[in-house]
Amino acid sequence: MLEHALRGDKRYWSWVIALMALIGAGVLFYLRQFNEGLGITGLGRDVTWGFYIAQFTFMVGVAASAVMVVLPYYLHNYKAFGKITILGEFVAIGSVIVCMTFIFVDMGQPFRIINVFLYPTPHSMMFWDTIALGGYLVLNIIISHITLGSERKGVAPPKWIKPVIILSIPWAISIHTVTAFLYAGLAARPFWMTAILAPRFLASAFSAGPALLILFCFILRKFTKFDAGREPIQKVAQIVTYAMAVNVFFVLMEVFTAVYSSMPEHVSHFQYLFLGIEGHGNLVPWMWVSVILGIISLILLIVPRTRQNEQILILACVMVFISLWIDKGLALIVAGFVPNPLSYVVEYVPTLPELGISAAVYAMGLLIVTGLYKIALSVRKQLG
Amino acid sequence: MSVERRKFLKLAGLAALGVAGGATGRVLAEDSPAVDTTPARASDTDSPRAPLTAKRWAMVIDVTKCREQANCNDCQAACHVTHNVPDFGNPKDEVKWIWKESFEHAFHDQENEHLPEELKNTRTPVLCNHCDNPPCVRVCPTQATWRREQDGIVMMDWHRCIGCRYCVAACPYGSRSFNWRDPRPHIKQIQTEFPTRTRGVVEKCTFCEERLVRGQLPACVTACKHGALVFGDLEDPSSDLRKLLAERFSIRRRAGLGTQPEVYYVL
Amino acid sequence: MHNGGKIIIGLVIFLVLITFPIWYNVANDRAGYSPEIEKAARGENCVRDSAWMRAYHMDLLNEWRDQVVRQGSRFESAAGGAAYEKSLSSTCLSCHENKDKFCDRCHDYLGVDPYCWDCHIVPKEVQP
Repeated sequence: MLEHALRGDKRYWSWVIALMALIGAGVLFYLRQFNEGLGITGLGRDVTWGFYIAQFTFMVGVAASAVMVVLPYYLHNYKAFGKITILGEFVAIGSVIVCMTFIFVDMGQPFRIINVFLYPTPHSMMFWDTIALGGYLVLNIIISHITLGSERKGVAPPKWIKPVIILSIPWAISIHTVTAFLYAGLAARPFWMTAILAPRFLASAFSAGPALLILFCFILRKFTKFDAGREPIQKVAQIVTYAMAVNVFFVLMEVFTAVYSSMPEHVSHFQYLFLGIEGHGNLVPWMWVSVILGIISLILLIVPRTRQNEQILILACVMVFISLWIDKGLALIVAGFVPNPLSYVVEYVPTLPELGISAAVYAMGLLIVTGLYKIALSVRKQLG
Repeated sequence: MSVERRKFLKLAGLAALGVAGGATGRVLAEDSPAVDTTPARASDTDSPRAPLTAKRWAMVIDVTKCREQANCNDCQAACHVTHNVPDFGNPKDEVKWIWKESFEHAFHDQENEHLPEELKNTRTPVLCNHCDNPPCVRVCPTQATWRREQDGIVMMDWHRCIGCRYCVAACPYGSRSFNWRDPRPHIKQIQTEFPTRTRGVVEKCTFCEERLVRGQLPACVTACKHGALVFGDLEDPSSDLRKLLAERFSIRRRAGLGTQPEVYYVL
Repeated sequence: MHNGGKIIIGLVIFLVLITFPIWYNVANDRAGYSPEIEKAARGENCVRDSAWMRAYHMDLLNEWRDQVVRQGSRFESAAGGAAYEKSLSSTCLSCHENKDKFCDRCHDYLGVDPYCWDCHIVPKEVQP
């Protein structure tokens, strides 16, 4: 089946080559970072995790979101999702690989990563995160390979795949829970030390991920002959709506407990994000954009007339994705470090090499998803 | 591709993985003949000078003795020279094992507008607290940092550190520094008795364990001319440390977080 | 075999190229070449004998690393009494002073590039 990714029309190859050019540029930036050190990024003694880890956190959520189409179809026989579960699983594969790559580029000694496996450390959440992500990748590769392969052969998939698929459902929940555990157990970082962090992560994952899936479906409808169908897209849109409503509710809960308690160690991080502290506030405009986009998109999604209008739905999904990307992919990680444990305010701005490497990692993810989607669509085209 | 060729390639791929896996397994399991199976002793009786030992090393910083010396930086200078700590010349890349911090920032949970002026203007040394319940140890995915059972020192293994900086995120005291660049060019006088570190690993105070085993007190303690740093065994009731703690009121940084820090401050 | 002639010729050329290092060195009388390493500047005996060291010095260093750093056991007694520190920079290099004439000779010849030197100091390079 892999050979389908190597055949395509001019548009396909232009897109692939554009992505490869981005990847190539990123590789050059990374070589410089590998030789000189992570000092070429905007990271420093105080904000020690930044853009890379934030992208990792956001993309773990996107990876987990495949469960939102797998669960209804396999657990509840919701036939309408039949055509798009493979799309969700392929997004999961691409996202997990992107996550692992973001971790790799953030490591000070990346070639020692094998130490995590040579010296397993059950009391470290990072150890469990590598197991969870690795396992999830393997699960999705097996599931998509077997189901698409069976579809190609025109037979039902073998019986043993069903328990594997069922396993992938709690596993998807667990990857984002254990990622939240990385942050939520640190007494040193009160901004993250909240019981609601894992639920928040899941709610925003199940909004942003399926929103991205909807956008991919519309892109496929525009550029290929594949049409997911109106009913599946509308159902996923409903899922995004509920998840986004829960997510907004959770964020308001966070703001309430921090601000009402008026404990400085909790309030200060929200103050930094939304108002700025002592003139430091480079994330303030981003936060308000995220809030506005989040509210508008939620309204557009809740009102059936706007949700059912496909043009408006596309707009709403874009706004959901951007709003949640700002929240998790910019604000969450950085604000955990500002103010720092000695209550100094030191800001963070990613540098050009840092952004170049990140763009390349995303381009690699898009390339993987492009190739996998090409395979799925070609297989289905051959079936007629 | 014909079905037989697909099958052949799949088999070949699996076989290659199997061979690679087997070879890796053999290499990892191999016991080199150099393996010395006699259990190593923690405190060497082979050391040229009698090592200093303790059940739990701790430090008391007498802020009253330090506060008068506004321009004194002897503890930091001694530590940083002894351990080849680099000076990158900017706060973003800064690496520091011990440094002087204002009272307001060292103890910001003790916010108090009406503290005596002299205390407000005090600067006191801060360093790794070698906690009894260290969050940095709890999060490290490779055990590159760990708490020594024998004497409570929280140690660093710079061979094993993968530079993930999880420990930096977990430390509530900001005691840990990462090498954002190659440190060698930024070390003023390289001491040959102690290695440097490389870019990409985290470092911090190790209570001078390499000096303790040679019967020497930590560099900062020896360097302090004013006797502000008292180092000793917390579990030895006759130590100077315990006597000082019995006589004077002491506080620890962010004591409410459950880390059980072992650096005490008498004000 | 289709194109059998071309394939066989290609295979022969490949084999000749891939075995180049072997036959070229034999032809130039360099078979069995060993780089010349400088003898230690001082010291009667090394902590282990030469033949053993040649094969296993890296294993010894790894053992020392774990014993010194992870177990806190920094010193070892030689057979015959004197205690020495288990240290590359302080012990090994105190006798084998010139890394470039000792360590590097074999390492360079074999294309080995150990990164120990990123952290472990060569005293002569810092204080000539």
